[in-house]
Amino acid sequence: MTATVASVHPETASARSLTIDVPGWRGNIAGQHVDVRLTAEDGYQAVRSYSLASSGPGATLQLAVDRLPDGEVSPYLVDDVLPGDQLEIRGPLGGWFVWEPSLAGSVQLIAGGSGIVPLMAMIRSRAASASTSPFRLLYSVRNPDDVFFRAELETPTPGLEVTWAYTRATPTGWPRPTGRVTGDDLSAHCFPASENPAVFVCGPTGFVEAVANALVLLGHDPARVKTERFGGA
Amino acid sequence: MAGHVDGNALAGPLSELFAFDPTTASARCASCGDTAVLARAMVYEKPHSFIVRCSACDAVLMVVLQKGDATEIDLGGLAWLRTLG
Repeated sequence: MTATVASVHPETASARSLTIDVPGWRGNIAGQHVDVRLTAEDGYQAVRSYSLASSGPGATLQLAVDRLPDGEVSPYLVDDVLPGDQLEIRGPLGGWFVWEPSLAGSVQLIAGGSGIVPLMAMIRSRAASASTSPFRLLYSVRNPDDVFFRAELETPTPGLEVTWAYTRATPTGWPRPTGRVTGDDLSAHCFPASENPAVFVCGPTGFVEAVANALVLLGHDPARVKTERFGGA
Repeated sequence: MAGHVDGNALAGPLSELFAFDPTTASARCASCGDTAVLARAMVYEKPHSFIVRCSACDAVLMVVLQKGDATEIDLGGLAWLRTLG
């Protein structure tokens, strides 16, 4: 399918969100992704998967992309692409790492860095629906300047609690020292295993595996912990 | 790309072959017998292929090869694939 870039918006120094129009898009569920294919002048093609921050029936989608230093696709999407440019996409893709408003029960979201993107789609999907499922988000970022969707997450909709965990630098006077998410963080800020929440963990591979293992040690049912790995560090 | 991702990343490439989304299907490893949703498998992306490994024993479950516009899957490491439902 051919997408046309409608607008671009910086999220951080290394990331931006793209709003794209996709005629014929049949809508998507929160958590799904698209594959973006770029073709160079010499015919070389590169395909990468990007989560959607948007969901629902419309044909206007939002991606948010973090620039990988040695990436083949992300530098173009973050630095070069302009409104009016066209992208070749395939989707919506993935029916497993998804949340729908018809699902009842508590939802625990845990994001590392740009892993926030599909979880943001779930937060927005909940806000746009009549769902009363309580949501909590634990969002691990390097420093306060690396936060995606800051305005929306700093004033969360009722029923959503947001906890920030900084790994390299904190805002002034922040109570939690810098560091990776630990089992203590999960115990203090996440729905307990006894509540049997649906858990969605998304981020770099090492982050996802550490968090998922810690959740299981805390008693969460592995079948209730869904994971999506972005690769990288 | 450093490291690995997971079976969620197979949804696009496998949509070339399957009319349903196989990442939501249960897959049984022919080596160790572990059964898990394909989205939970470990996926190593290479220039024209995806090596899909069992998250329990690391055996190769399948290899997805992209040959130009064609997609080929070596399913030798799978005992079976079953849709949820």
